[in-house]
Amino acid sequence: MKSKEMKTIELVIGKILRIGVVISVTVMLLGLILFLWQQSGGYPHNRFPSSPAAIYQGLLTLKPYAVMMLGIFLLILTPVLRVVVSIYAFWKEHDQLYVYITTTVLIILVVAMVGGYWIRH
Amino acid sequence: MTVTTNLLLMLIIGLFAGTMGAILGIGGGMLVTPILTIALGLDIKYAIGAGIIVVIATSSGATIAFLKDEMLNLRVAMFLEIATTLGAVAGAALNGVIPKSILYILFSLLVLNSSWKMIKKLRPTAGQQALPDVQSDYLATKLRLNGNYYDKALHRDISYQVRNVPGGFLMMLVAGLASGLLGIGSGAFKVIAMDNIMQMPLKPSSATSNLMMGVTAAASATVYFFNGTILPQIAVPLAVGVVFGATLGSRIMQHLQPKVIRLIFIPILLYLGVQMFLKGFGVNI
Repeated sequence: MKSKEMKTIELVIGKILRIGVVISVTVMLLGLILFLWQQSGGYPHNRFPSSPAAIYQGLLTLKPYAVMMLGIFLLILTPVLRVVVSIYAFWKEHDQLYVYITTTVLIILVVAMVGGYWIRH
Repeated sequence: MTVTTNLLLMLIIGLFAGTMGAILGIGGGMLVTPILTIALGLDIKYAIGAGIIVVIATSSGATIAFLKDEMLNLRVAMFLEIATTLGAVAGAALNGVIPKSILYILFSLLVLNSSWKMIKKLRPTAGQQALPDVQSDYLATKLRLNGNYYDKALHRDISYQVRNVPGGFLMMLVAGLASGLLGIGSGAFKVIAMDNIMQMPLKPSSATSNLMMGVTAAASATVYFFNGTILPQIAVPLAVGVVFGATLGSRIMQHLQPKVIRLIFIPILLYLGVQMFLKGFGVNI
């Protein structure tokens, strides 16, 4: 059954998701505008940055592809953030079982992220 | 094609995929990848990269609306995400080892099988609107997976029980595997797991499936992100279109009867099944 507390959790998660989506879409739109304005991604041979260091370098000079990649990365992080907030919310509700279940999901996600980063390097 | 037309085209495809994806409870990746490869001739590798981003965008966009209407079951989502993320990681690791043709054929058979099940469900039986009397099993009670939601079309609160949790969990491993390997949301598989196996009503299972897809896709999206498979000029306009489309689609969906949703679902499932099957034999239409 859905308790009042559960509804509060879901509303908080909804807000987090909305903020995440709004921020990532804003960054992506900014990247699109920069791209249309410069008529180029800012890199030779239509290349684009995909490592955190390269994206950071590109952001310093506002290269369209760097901004667009940051937007995509923020979008990928949004569901991860939802899982993090869910752990806190379940913990606050003293729902131990779901703290463990949700933490397990987070560990799998972090391992996948670290693994994904190292596969490339 | 100029840069501007290309971006606008991607935005429109994103809007379409987002709207349909949210209504059907599929990630939009299943719609975007065929369009990009077959209609636009893009390398399947990059279509898969864009597909996984579209899946996250659909999921996040649609979830916002569903949370407000309390349709989704957060515990079911969290518990089953253990299976989908594990499957997604395994799928990403297995990518390039298993021939994709075999997987296309296997999955097409599953998809065709589920559309057949949905066709059977369309036939009116006694007490059509009444929910099946589902007895929750031991695990469902222990994990507190049973829930309720307010049905806008029926104007009342509906409580439901969940059963066959191990069966649903196993199906979710398969769903995650498909997602990681092919860059799809595999929402159809998630709805099969919850609707067909665990006997959850279609609306909360669609909403929960949308929510789960984002987390599942995030597990494999970082791999695609870091190895350069996600092209910004394609993924960004698609994702932006999808976010707006998904918000629109999830609003429309709540005012439809389950039967209408199934009627839309069946031909799409059939189409995807046939297309996947043919792709397994190297035939593209």
